[in-house]
Amino acid sequence: MAENLANVLHEQLSEGFPDTHRNNSGEGADRRRVVEGADQELNGQPPSARPSQRLESEEDEDEELTLKYGAKHVIMLFVPVTLCMVVVVATIKSVSFYTQKDGQLIYTPFPEDTETVGQRALNSILNAAIMISVIIVMTLLLVVLYKYRCYKVIHGWLIISSLLLLFFFSFIYLGEVFKTYNVGMDYITLALIIWNFGVVGMICIHWKGPLHLQQAYLIMISALMALVFIKYLPEWTAWLILAVISVYDLVAVLCPKGPLRMLVETAQERNEPIFPALIYSSTMVWLVNMADTDAESRKKPALNSTTPESQASLRGADDGGFTTDWELRQQETLGHMESSEETRRQVQEMPRTSPAIQSDDSEERGVKLGLGDFIFYSVLVGKASATASGDWNTTLACFVAILIGLCLTLLLLAIFKKALPALPISITFGLVFYFATDNLVRPFMDQLALHQFYI
Amino acid sequence: MLSGRTTRLLRPTLSPIGLRQRQNNDVLALTPLIGQEGRFCSTLSPAPAASDPGNGAGCVFGCAFIAFGPAFALFILTVAVDPLRIIILVAGSFFWLVSVLLGSLVWFVGVQLSDRGNPSLQSGLLVFGAAVSVLLQEAFRFANYKLLKKADQGLASISEDGRSPISLQQMAYVSGLAFGLISGAFSGVNILTDSLGPGIVGIHGDSPHFFITSAFLTMALVLLHTFWGVIFFDACERGKWLAGMGVVVSHLVTSALTFLSPWYETSLIPIYLLTTCTAAWAFSTAGGPSAPCSCFTCEHPALDRGYRGRGVGLRFQADGSRGPPTL
Repeated sequence: MAENLANVLHEQLSEGFPDTHRNNSGEGADRRRVVEGADQELNGQPPSARPSQRLESEEDEDEELTLKYGAKHVIMLFVPVTLCMVVVVATIKSVSFYTQKDGQLIYTPFPEDTETVGQRALNSILNAAIMISVIIVMTLLLVVLYKYRCYKVIHGWLIISSLLLLFFFSFIYLGEVFKTYNVGMDYITLALIIWNFGVVGMICIHWKGPLHLQQAYLIMISALMALVFIKYLPEWTAWLILAVISVYDLVAVLCPKGPLRMLVETAQERNEPIFPALIYSSTMVWLVNMADTDAESRKKPALNSTTPESQASLRGADDGGFTTDWELRQQETLGHMESSEETRRQVQEMPRTSPAIQSDDSEERGVKLGLGDFIFYSVLVGKASATASGDWNTTLACFVAILIGLCLTLLLLAIFKKALPALPISITFGLVFYFATDNLVRPFMDQLALHQFYI
Repeated sequence: MLSGRTTRLLRPTLSPIGLRQRQNNDVLALTPLIGQEGRFCSTLSPAPAASDPGNGAGCVFGCAFIAFGPAFALFILTVAVDPLRIIILVAGSFFWLVSVLLGSLVWFVGVQLSDRGNPSLQSGLLVFGAAVSVLLQEAFRFANYKLLKKADQGLASISEDGRSPISLQQMAYVSGLAFGLISGAFSGVNILTDSLGPGIVGIHGDSPHFFITSAFLTMALVLLHTFWGVIFFDACERGKWLAGMGVVVSHLVTSALTFLSPWYETSLIPIYLLTTCTAAWAFSTAGGPSAPCSCFTCEHPALDRGYRGRGVGLRFQADGSRGPPTL
């Protein structure tokens, strides 16, 4: 997905501007600079890469602005990721429904409350294997569908998926929140609230809407999805799935024959957008000619980093960022659904064919991150806050780890300028910090706090 | 089935002074308990009246604002406005986390290898673990300095006028604030959330002022980390190893002073004296004028040293006149 984003942005900018070469190379130079600057800022790498920057130095007008542009984009992703995690952690801490054991998903059939540790480990490995194979199958299926241009099927699937998410899951969520705070609510008012919430969400996500409202809706549905995972995935299975999906993300995006990569390349060959409704975008592109398709008014499709979700979307060629699990649930509840390649294509096509895209401000380009990334980051932090006995220390440590991973991923993206998976670095850091904080730091901090010692 | 909160209270892990009683309370379930102060408390009842100093939303908010108020004010006013500083803040927090992780590893290995039943050995091991953790924190502060120095060089090299958009002194301040925030969060947030729950503080004769003193200690620690960051980076930059050692020694002394809890006269007051001295030291290190009256004139040459406005701004030249607007 990130590949696609990077390439799409390059292509869009190169096609959209009259002075394409200059802008493209300028942007490339900008990115390189951003990468270099950020690189040296964060990784302390030796300035050996600097000479290559000087080749483009004559094209950049303001290096400071460029670097700030890079740092600003990191922050543009920090804020929504933080918001999503805050929503998930706040819900986990207050609404007890999402920490209760009410069964498991059909894709994780083996229970984890077994007698022996070995049996539990085996069950969780089997669960993770089943889940990952389902994800792989779905990805391949979606790639096949995309290749054979079954856009209507994918589009319909995506619409139904977001309908379910916006209406049904938010209804459950609202019900549980009311139960927690003992708020009495009649069905009529509830129906009005859910109806309005859902319809405005559908409009914002799939059609046009104010940017911030759209971003808010995307964050909310990511949080809802993450909460579902946190509730229905047993503990060891969840950690295993997170680990395996990071590896899968890495493989699927970087290997030449990886499904995600194939999807991205196919989309680029056809000059089609990848479905934008399930990508979080920090800016919106408004084109001059909006008459072609209704997708034109949508944001620029930018698949920044691939999350397992993105991979999932990539696997299906775009489940639109829905996780495979989610889609599988959709399937089991609603029947076969697919995300729509067509809509994505339409969105991607828009910027390319229209002449005058906003050209001047680099800040308008924005960054994009697949919703699956949001979901899995929130699953990690939510699971940490739900199950760790270290409470807030573990949650904070995982939060910082994920942010640092995201920072490094964006840095690498700026360096390599191709699609990169967003999950591996963040999830690795998150997992390492979760287990280390829960097992090492927590007892130490508790002992210190017991005696009111400070270090 | 106990609710989530009381279940949490049954955890044997976090049970600071004065709150130890809560675990026993939960074991005794619904039996009312007469505390040593003669107070009647029912363990599973909601939080007692607001006059109780230990519980309720008032305690949580008050202690939270005491502990984190200055830090968040500094964050919102100085760091949140610039994306680069936010990134440096997160990186600084990461470094502190890694240092504490290694320190806890050392302590954990020591505990596993030692005799668990020997309380004096365990407390000695804890003191040792705390000292190791302090030293590791300072070591990682130095590592952070190295990284930021390289970043500063990189930023300077790619910028138009050869100067990076953020000075090393600003980075030092942000890094110190990062260490302070994450350190305060790790020390204080668990205690804050525990102060929400039902319970009586100090039932076993421990001090009833546990929460408020914890809040003040956390605030002192946050501010101290910020000042240490400024002083340490300056010391590393100018090769003033004595100042660097001073920071390390000051950190060790602060940590050692907290070991005197709950004898708060000897721990809180010296720590605050140390905080004020370190503040003055950091202020003079950052270039603040030593004479108080010159604080109110903005055209002090030392203020230009290392300061760069964010984005468009005015720069003050060394002779006090304003330079051309910078972009």
